[in-house]
This record gives sequence, structure tokens and C-alpha cells, in this order.
Amino acid sequence: MATILVVDDSASMRQMVEFTLKEAGHRVTVAEDGQIALGLAKGMASDLVITDVNMPNMDGIALIRELRALPAYKFTPILTLTTESTTEKKMEGKDAGATGWIVKPFNPEKLLATVNKVLG
Amino acid sequence: MAIDIGQFVQTFFEESFEGLDIMEAGLLALEPGTTADLEQINTIFRAAHSIKGGSGTFGFRDVTDFTHLMETLLDRMREGRMAVTHETVNTLLEARDCLQEMLVAARENVPVDAVRVQGLQERLSRLLEAEPANKDAADSEPVFATKLPPTQPVGWRIQFRPYPQLMHSGNDPVRMFRELADLGELTVRADTSRLPQLAELQPEDCYLSWELELRGVATYESVAEVFAWVEGDCDLSIEPLAEASAAPEPTAGKTADAAAESPAPGPAPDPGVGQEGQQGELLLERRKGEERRKGERRVGPPTAADSGSIRVGIDKVDTVVNLVGELVTTQSMLSALGEDFDMSRLDKLHEALDQLDRNTRDLQEQVMRIRMLPVNSVFSRFPRMVHDISGKLGKQVELRISGEQTELDKTVIEKIGDPLVHLIRNSLDHGLESIDERVQAGKPETGVIALNAYHKSGSIFIEVSDDGRGLNRDALLRKGLDVGLLRAGEDYSDEQIYDLIFHPGLSTAKQISDVSGRGVGMDVVRRNIQDVGGSIQIVSRPGRGTQITICLPLTLAILDGQLVTVGQDCYIIPLLSIIESVQIQAGSVHRVAGRGEVLRFRGRHLPILRLYELFGAAEAQTDLEKGLLVVVEADGRQVGLFVDDLQGQQQVSIKSLEKNFRRVPGVAGATILGDGRVGLILDISGLIRINQAVI
Repeated sequence: MATILVVDDSASMRQMVEFTLKEAGHRVTVAEDGQIALGLAKGMASDLVITDVNMPNMDGIALIRELRALPAYKFTPILTLTTESTTEKKMEGKDAGATGWIVKPFNPEKLLATVNKVLG
Repeated sequence: MAIDIGQFVQTFFEESFEGLDIMEAGLLALEPGTTADLEQINTIFRAAHSIKGGSGTFGFRDVTDFTHLMETLLDRMREGRMAVTHETVNTLLEARDCLQEMLVAARENVPVDAVRVQGLQERLSRLLEAEPANKDAADSEPVFATKLPPTQPVGWRIQFRPYPQLMHSGNDPVRMFRELADLGELTVRADTSRLPQLAELQPEDCYLSWELELRGVATYESVAEVFAWVEGDCDLSIEPLAEASAAPEPTAGKTADAAAESPAPGPAPDPGVGQEGQQGELLLERRKGEERRKGERRVGPPTAADSGSIRVGIDKVDTVVNLVGELVTTQSMLSALGEDFDMSRLDKLHEALDQLDRNTRDLQEQVMRIRMLPVNSVFSRFPRMVHDISGKLGKQVELRISGEQTELDKTVIEKIGDPLVHLIRNSLDHGLESIDERVQAGKPETGVIALNAYHKSGSIFIEVSDDGRGLNRDALLRKGLDVGLLRAGEDYSDEQIYDLIFHPGLSTAKQISDVSGRGVGMDVVRRNIQDVGGSIQIVSRPGRGTQITICLPLTLAILDGQLVTVGQDCYIIPLLSIIESVQIQAGSVHRVAGRGEVLRFRGRHLPILRLYELFGAAEAQTDLEKGLLVVVEADGRQVGLFVDDLQGQQQVSIKSLEKNFRRVPGVAGATILGDGRVGLILDISGLIRINQAVI
């Protein structure tokens, strides 16, 4: 069982990801935007962060930069949820320090496969 | 594990419709001809983006494709590669509407208007093509230096040399090797030659590199995908493995374990590796039965439409929970009192009952608030409507909205949408003058329509006003005389004349346009408002504009009532409609030809309606001087209701008579009284209509 922080401004995405991961036995904390997620991250350690990129208040890219500056999140795997399959957009997350990405649309199986891959 | 994501579809629709509202408001706020404010476009873009992402996940491909076009267009506007023009904004607005139809169709599981969708898709594409190409390469595969072999090779030789900072992004070679091992038979050799002395070792950096051999049917793409996340963080080559070149001789198997540990991003690689030898090797067996499942899982059919749910702020729910807590306390206080009650504790009992009364009233009020929604949910559609219609009419219009946070019962909100649409259309079409006319009249070119909501003395008021030409009193008067609604030679107040516009079949509009109709409508508007227990009034000043005020009850479920008796029966008159109650003096009642019985009252003639006659009540007081006259008002008209006597005032909860019995003219509903009897609630507007019909 891992502790996973899920960040997405879309409620349906959040619910879907949270439900899927909880069904798989993980502990899940959700946040609606980067700012909220950063606040949460400062008070807890996570085994994995899954974040949307385009969000109000603080977007995923800024969140990743902020997280990487926290000692507890220096090596934590961070995956971006992105609809962009173009290299340019994926790399934007990578440059900020993301581990990898999950391309939307995805189904629960694909999500779990990727998560398991990262958690090892 | 099978996970049904169908349960989240409802949320997806809810947030998508919210997104559509955001898109609309954002698009309307864009000013064509300017470079758009980045944050403004970003907001619209984000809404489109979320819909695109969600629709793909929940299996609505057509929505995804459609939104993708809109998103691309918005992206170009955001990057300043595309100007904000009337054409782009209008096309995007239409596309938004189309998207809404698609989402509704998806939710209801009905087909969409494919022609419309395709038409808009083409228009969006045309706009995109009109711009300098520079299109993003879609779905570009990670480019690694590799020549693809003409035939399927027996496996792959992979040279993987991470840069020192590879693990800083949270990536881990071990994880990737494990993934590769799932694809076939994997041989791993670690090159530890770059490993520095322990003292110089940076624990966060990666010093190892690997040569891997993967035997099996794995495709190039699947192998490349494993390394997709570390592109740019390493030197990588993936070469097909020729059958001829055998696997490198496996060296000492005992180093395997040590090597397996070494690439872990731990504080420091096991220094033992360096001593054991420069090369380690790891053999991972392909795990059976763990092949990744492929193929899209289909989302179950979307569940039927919105089952009448509402979103309630948590603060409202908390308040109710608190009040229930208080109620429980009061209840236990009362039951403690009841255990051994004697008259000495009567004061205590009264106190507790008072408290119960307070609790009940508070609770009732707060539970009602749960049903209340901000009127904004209706108002929000008007900016778009005004934008579209004013464009069509060639008028310049500014819509000012205020008080949109005023809350109103959900049922009332649902019913006032159409009447408001009608009123605003009227203002746009008939109320506001053309630009030329306005300039001639010395008014600013831009006309103003104001929409205002506020809460006053237990009712909600909504005002629709314009600064247009106002109603034409003379034309209305002529028309009224023509159709026989008014009598020649009599004096009519402005109010009475303006009231004529609510009469069926009366329109003074010189031209009939497709924007607003031909006079059918205002009577329907009034009826709709009356159906929810409201009233409507109009004030107009020639050349200055018109103001229509709608007065609505806070809630439909509960009303403050005055109980009156007629014979054996008890009726309830809505307190808000009551002006006063009077005793009739002998000789003050006259019979006027064509108007029935009237009371000379405060200098006017007040029609009298004998309730016992109307409802056929037995044993009722028939002598006017012995009963009471309750003066009530609705729609600007007054009538005196003759009753036996007044009883108390109380709040009554309204039960529908229509649902449980049938519609009765003059009766708005029924309620159960404190003593268990049923009391009928009078419909004052209905009674006034009946009174007019009688005479």
C-alpha cells in the first residue's frame, strides 16, 4: 500500500483516480489545485504524486517545481496527467522535474499499470 | 480488478456543464480586435481542456475530437498566434452551444445532430487553416537513434547510459528493467566503471550505465516506451538483435544480486560492487500471466438524466445539523419534564415549549434554505442572449446585472427563466430604440438593460428595466378602447393602461420580428409568475424607459396565512395579500349595474366577493353587517372577501390540491390545520379573476 497524492481540478477525474487507487488498496489524498496540493504535501510524505497540468491558482508545472524543492519530495515519483501527446507538452512537465506522464484519456487499468510500474 | 467508471459519469456531466458556462462567460467577455488577456483565455481554454480530458476517459470520442478543435483554436489565441475577431468569438460561441448539445445527447444516450456538428467542425478547421500552419507534430514518437529493421528481430540490444541527474526526476533504472523484464527474457549488465571513490560519490547521482538484451517478440515501440520518461536524461540506443549474435556469455552469476541492488536510488550504491568486479549481470525471468491487459474497456451506458439533484453548500447543511442538535436537547428537556410533572413546574414547561417553537421555526427556515439557489443560475444565460440578439438587431446594448447572489427556491428559479427571457427580449426588441433613434433623442448610442434581484420584506424582487422609449400610453389606450377592454370617457390611471400589455392578444408593436412575438406572451408571462405565487408590475415613462418588477415568494412550500371561518369551514388567506379587514357599515354597500356589490370604501368602490356563495358553504353568515370584509390585493386590483370571522395567523405548509384532488378555481392549495382539519388556501389572483368573470 502506498500513499498517493492526486491533484486535479476536475471532480470527475479526481473521483475516478481516487476510486481506482483506493480499490487497489492505496491510501489516497486529493487536492483541487496546485496550491492546495502544496499545502498538503508540506504536511505529509507521499510515495507518489499524480497531478493534472492545467489547473487554476497553481498549475501542475509550478507545483512540481515547488515539490522538488521540498526535501521530502526530492525523489518522489511525480506523474503528470496530460491530454497532450505532443513531445513539447510532455517535456514541459519533465523539465520541471516530473518523473513521467499518463496520457488522457486513460482507463482504470492503464492508470493502475502505470502506477504499479512506478511504485515497483 | 474490474472498475466501473460509469459511476463518475454524472460528475463529469455536471462539471462539463459548469465548464460550458465558464466558456460562455469568458467568450462574451473577450473584446474582438484586441489581444486577449492571457488569464482570460486561459480560463476558457482550461474549461475546454477539462471537457476534452474527461470525455475521452468516459468514452465520448466525438466530444473529445470536437473539443480538441476548439482547444487548438483557443491555444493559438492564447499564444497570440491568432487574433480575437468577431468571427472567431462567434464561431467559438456556436461551437460551445453545439458542444452542449453533444453532451446532453451523450447524457441522454440519444444521437446528436451530426450535420450541425460536422458543419461547426468544418468552420473551426477553416479558421485553423487560415492561420499560418506551424502545426504541432501530433503524437510524435520519442526519437531515438535507431534504424528499424525490415523484419521482426529476435530481440533488442539496449545501451542505456543515464546522465548523473536521471534519478532527480524520480525515475529509477530498476523500475525500468522490471518493466522490460515483463516484455521478454532480459539480460542486464551493469557498467560500474564510472563509479567514483566513496568519498567523492554524490549519493543522489547515477554513475552506472547498462547494456541490456531483451529476447522475445517485444516491438520496438514497447521497448522505447519503457524509456520514454527518461528521454533527454540519458544516452540510449536500441538495436535489433540479430539471430546470429548470441547472447553475451553470462559471467559470474553470483554478482547478480549485488548488481540488482546497485542501481537503486538509495543513499549510496553498495561499495561491494566495485570489488566484486566491473561487470555485473542480472537475469530476470519473464513473469507469466502478467501480460498487460490491452484494449479499451467500454463505459456503461450513461445513466438517465439529472435526477433532480441540487448542490448545497456545506455551511447550510452544518447549520441544519446544529439545529437538529438543539431540537434534540429541547426534546429531552421536555421528556424529563413530563416524567413527573406537576403544576409547580408549569413555567418550565412553557419555557421548554417556547424553545421548541423557536427550534422548529429556525429548523424550518434553514431547511428551506437548502432548497434555495442563487438567482444567478437564471441570470447567467442572459449575457449571451443579449449579445446574440443585439447583434441580430443591430443595436448596442449593455446588460447590467446586480443582486445575482440573491437566493430563491429551486422550483421558483426553474419557473421564472422563461418569463425573464421574454421580458428581456421585449426590452431588446421593442423597448430599446435603434442607434439612430437614440442619437436623435439625445441619448447615448448604447442602450442599457438592467437586471436586478433583491430581497425585501419576505419576498424576492426581480427588476427588468431598460432606458428605451417606454410604453406608448396613447396607443395602448386606443387599442384598449378598440377591443373593448376600456370604456370611452372614463379616466384610467397609468397603471391600469400599462396593465393592458398583460392582456392576451394585445400588441402595439408596429412590426412583428422573430426576436419577440406579436403580443402573445405577456399574458403567459404573467400567468407563469402567478403560478409560482408571484405578481408582476410595470412602470413606464415615455422616452425614459420601462421597468418591470416581479415579486416572488421566498418559497413555495410554506406560507404565512390568516385563518378565516366561513360557516363550518376554515380557509387560509395568504397574509401578504391582505391589505386590511373592515366591518361593513349599514348603507355603505351598493349594487352597481355590471359590477355587482360594491362597498364605498376610502373614496373608491370595492367589489365584494361572498366566499360562502362561491364555495357553497352551509350555515354561513349571510348578513354583511354581521361578518367581516377582508380586503385583499393581487395584480394591482383589490377585492373584499366576505367571511364570518377571523381566526389566528399561522404558517401553513402548502399541499398541492391538483396532485391530490384536482384544480379548483380560486384555491391555491390545501393544508392540514393544527386540529387535524383540512383548510383550503385561497388563490387571490384567481378569486379576482373569478370576480371579474362573474360581472
